[in-house]
Amino acid sequence: MTAPIAPTVTDTAALAGYLIGLGDDALVLSHRLAEWITRAPQLEEDIALANISLDLLGQARTLLAHAGEVEGRGRSEDDLAYLRSERELRNLQIVEIGNGDFAVTIARQLIFSAYQYELYAALLGSADERLAALAAKAVKEVAYHRDHAIAWTLRLGDGTALSHGRMQAALEATWPYVEEIFDPSDIADQLAALPGIAVDPATLRPAWTQCVRPVLTEATLTEPQPNRRSRGGRRGLHTEYLGHLLAEMQSLHRAHPGVSW
Amino acid sequence: MTGGERRGWPLWEVFVRARRGLSHLHVGSLHAPDAAMALRNARDVYTRRGEGVSIWVVPAAAITASSPDEKDPFFDPALDKIYRHPSFYDVPDGVSHL
Repeated sequence: MTAPIAPTVTDTAALAGYLIGLGDDALVLSHRLAEWITRAPQLEEDIALANISLDLLGQARTLLAHAGEVEGRGRSEDDLAYLRSERELRNLQIVEIGNGDFAVTIARQLIFSAYQYELYAALLGSADERLAALAAKAVKEVAYHRDHAIAWTLRLGDGTALSHGRMQAALEATWPYVEEIFDPSDIADQLAALPGIAVDPATLRPAWTQCVRPVLTEATLTEPQPNRRSRGGRRGLHTEYLGHLLAEMQSLHRAHPGVSW
Repeated sequence: MTGGERRGWPLWEVFVRARRGLSHLHVGSLHAPDAAMALRNARDVYTRRGEGVSIWVVPAAAITASSPDEKDPFFDPALDKIYRHPSFYDVPDGVSHL
């Protein structure tokens, strides 16, 4: 009896871990943006942020459901979203930091959507078919998220003295979380195990810079040079913000397991 | 944001074309600081469920509208001019689509 040699044996643990990282990014940022609902400066902006939040929630569902199937331990998308504790989440820290004022939210959107756009564009060619299909759908959504963030960055940065000051302060507050996004060291094992499937975030940095830098220049803003940087989100190390977010996001499911409506 | 700043955002009227070949139809209005943002807001507010393939936004201030006070002189004279309706022609048999 000869066992057939599978052409590509995918490391399922690595793939599940990679998908969970991307799914957690979308899930946590989705929740953060949902926190703006009824609090945005304008009705129209309220709806815009809610739309972006829902796009991200859809991406999170696809990624986490796929991760659960790949993992093969019977965990559903809900189990992964609602029944993991803080140290088990694998999102980048930038998506969990507090909303701050509107400028901070826009700065975070600019940083993250410009990264996520390049990520999904690169994942279009992923050898994992479901991941490539998700990327094809999501890249159009994120193109709009990025467009929305750029439009606001330009208006706030090149607006009044007050809006310029707050937008610059927002960049200072969010830039320490940029390095971590492109740092592959925490997922080096996954990247090594998933050639042709996963994307090394470091390769996305030049395109990200090419997108973001001209926006800051046109918005008369200065790119911060932070003297600290975040690290460790992909290893389950998080800021003090995430626990509070999870407490709110997971409370319903934990109080009423399996609830649906 | 204070009420004063909110009042500073002009009103825009939104027109959406549902499909190629149809006209843009007025669907509502919204506030936005400028035309580009009005277009984005219109996309978010009025085309969330696949309602459109094209959007126009027009500053509400740019629309000249007929006044309700002018309703009688504007529209009533047309009500009794039945000869303006093309219903006085004999249509030959065999012409199915006219």
